[in-house]
Amino acid sequence: MNVKNLFKRTETYILIALLLFCFLVQACSGQFFTGNNLVDDARALTILAMFALGEMIVMVSGGIDVSFPAIAALSMYLVSTKMYDFHGNIIIFFLAGALLGFIMGALNGFLIGRFHFIPLIVTLGTSSLYTGIMQGVFASHESVLPQTMLDFGNAKLFSVYNPKSKLNSNMPVSFLFLLALIVLVWFLLRHTKLGRGIYAIGGDMNSARRAGFNVFHIQMFIYCFCGALAGFVGVTRACMMLDCDPTNMVGMDMTCIAACVLGGISLSGGSGTITGTLIGVTFLSIMSNSLILIGVSTYWEKVFTGLIIIIGTGISAYQVTRKNSKTVSNALN
Amino acid sequence: MSEYILSVKNVKKNFGGVKALDGVSLDIKRGEIHCLAGENGSGKSTLIKIISGVEPFDAGTIEFDGIKQKKLTPAISIASGIQVIYQDFSIFPNLTVMENLSINNELTCKGALVNWKRMQETAKKALSKINFKVNLKERVEDLSVAEKQLVAISRALLNSAKLIIMDEPTTALTKKEVKKLFTIIKDLQAKGISILFVSHKMDEVFEISERFTILRNGKNVITGNTADLNDKKFTFYMTGREFDDLKTNINYSTSKVVLDVQKLQLNNIFKEISFQLHEGEILGITGLLGSGRTELAETIFGLRTADGGRIFMDGKSLKIRCVEDAIEHKIGYVPEDRLSEGLFLSQSISSNISVCRLKTLSSRAGFYNKNKVNQEVENWIRNLSIATNNALLPVQSLSGGNQQKVLLARWLANNLRVLILNGPTVGVDIGAKYDIHERIRNFAKGGLSLLVISDDIPELFSLCNRIIVMNKGRFTMEVVPAKISEKKLEEISMSE
Repeated sequence: MNVKNLFKRTETYILIALLLFCFLVQACSGQFFTGNNLVDDARALTILAMFALGEMIVMVSGGIDVSFPAIAALSMYLVSTKMYDFHGNIIIFFLAGALLGFIMGALNGFLIGRFHFIPLIVTLGTSSLYTGIMQGVFASHESVLPQTMLDFGNAKLFSVYNPKSKLNSNMPVSFLFLLALIVLVWFLLRHTKLGRGIYAIGGDMNSARRAGFNVFHIQMFIYCFCGALAGFVGVTRACMMLDCDPTNMVGMDMTCIAACVLGGISLSGGSGTITGTLIGVTFLSIMSNSLILIGVSTYWEKVFTGLIIIIGTGISAYQVTRKNSKTVSNALN
Repeated sequence: MSEYILSVKNVKKNFGGVKALDGVSLDIKRGEIHCLAGENGSGKSTLIKIISGVEPFDAGTIEFDGIKQKKLTPAISIASGIQVIYQDFSIFPNLTVMENLSINNELTCKGALVNWKRMQETAKKALSKINFKVNLKERVEDLSVAEKQLVAISRALLNSAKLIIMDEPTTALTKKEVKKLFTIIKDLQAKGISILFVSHKMDEVFEISERFTILRNGKNVITGNTADLNDKKFTFYMTGREFDDLKTNINYSTSKVVLDVQKLQLNNIFKEISFQLHEGEILGITGLLGSGRTELAETIFGLRTADGGRIFMDGKSLKIRCVEDAIEHKIGYVPEDRLSEGLFLSQSISSNISVCRLKTLSSRAGFYNKNKVNQEVENWIRNLSIATNNALLPVQSLSGGNQQKVLLARWLANNLRVLILNGPTVGVDIGAKYDIHERIRNFAKGGLSLLVISDDIPELFSLCNRIIVMNKGRFTMEVVPAKISEKKLEEISMSE
């Protein structure tokens, strides 16, 4: 990849904008490039980034999933309350969460793959369904976590102390999950037939079928994977918050879609990279954490997020138009 | 080894109660170029789907290289050396050339992982088959249509193909690209590969094929040597109807000038375009893709704003800044790509016809008068003999020719003075083409002035009173059909 191609990609511009923003915060507050702030930022984006990687896979295949916050919440709630007296290994908690999410994701995949329903409609429906089940059948409310999950939430990889602000920040163990997930998704998308199939059906579903891909299996996999990931991340979220609050993931679906779009993942499917997704998530997450450092009220966060999304996607839309008009003038000359 | 690479005998196929194929036979010899022709709905596509194993057949026999096939699947068909190049090429626009070329092959390899090195080798091998040079890392969506087609052809050649079926391969190509494609097809033939070339374009059938088979309504009409075929026979076999000679060029032109275009200019596209259009005249414009002919039409219709020059109608200067202005002055335009630019495909025939007339068909308060609309629409359906029994069906339920008639009806309903037609019969069956030509002549008879833009030189010869050749944004020549041969004009219009 040469430099010229780099500048054809939206990710590059977003990355430059992100760096500029970081330096701006540093210049205004002197607090950005400090150990504890960076750890705080990493901590804050962990959950969002894991969700966004799942969303990215769905979007690359030409679909969309808005049900994962609901899946995450229901899995988290069931694991936290129903396993309250269970004292086994923490891995069991995560597996239970992932299994619940897998089942819920399978319903999405089945409806979309088997009946060719529109993914947005299906996941909007199941999102409401799962939230309804959580609130109606299980009468959800904020509750205390099992001891094992609390212990895991309190565990840290390392901690950083900032003598100037006298603040101490801990890097949670769950940050490792994000790193592992990045490697897993990279391997899946780049080196497996399944992964190339995800890109293929996002590009042209009929061609994929004719080439011999089993489109139904691929779609089932995508939504099951996304569901299992959501269940897993839900439990992680509860651990990190040291509390099970079934409502605090509401709205993350839109943030993740925004992060993906910002990172250059096409809404119509077929293209998108892990790097792009991570840059998008990092930007939105750092932005909402750092506005306070440059003296902007957090109430303004949404205004800035909105502007970034509009400008960021505007750049890629503009590039497409420019490319098209270039082709036309080439045809004329 | 059998003489025939493919032998289809008496194959039948029903969809629901409809007989799509009613005992069709097709024999393709080793190393021959065979043309399969027929109008839309004649069963061509169904036959291809059956040969490629995508659709099962109900009765009859199919033999590949003398071996009888009881049940066909895409895998069996591919393994027997049959490759289909679909009209949409079946490619992945978002992936690189390399992956597009190698993905089918990669899927047949064992294991769950892909091997990028192997994929690169496969891709190189594929390109070497037709000496096609392209950057393997390029995304396919950035290639031209002709290059995309070459990607599809190279891919088809990977699996030691014995028969390549090309489904209407020239639809989206320019004349030059078609020439190149034909050279490649001849090369493949020299390598002993048989080609089944599916087309309904007469000139292509004559140029490329040795033998032909024509289908109509799911039945064989005739199979024979192309050398024994001529225009008239071909049309008759295709449609089952006799048509009057193509060259019934009648002049309804009067001396009254309706549209007078003076030194019209659009920066970087065309300049100093001047011409006069008379009442009842049919004026043709031809030229290579990119000569500015489409842009000229769009400028007169107000889709683009001219950078210089003037347009007069009946001696009065017109200001055309937008489409509304053009419509106000009774100028109509039927674009080249009727599907994406002209019609609301999923809307009813009725709405499509009446959309530009809503103002006149509504009451003074702005409410839409349903009875009036229905009456008007019924009239047009009858006048133009649009083949439908229900005006409320969506336009996409009609055949190409009838869709084109709907678009014509929309404009004619507007009492036009000038109608610009861009590629009026592109992708339309022969039968419907004659119908449309007949209508166009009738419009001219009624005093309408027409500007016909087309690649199809015989079409211009049969319709137009004058033909203007456009090249690189300028008018280079004006001819009268009677005084020049089609061949000569074709040469002129294609030269750069």
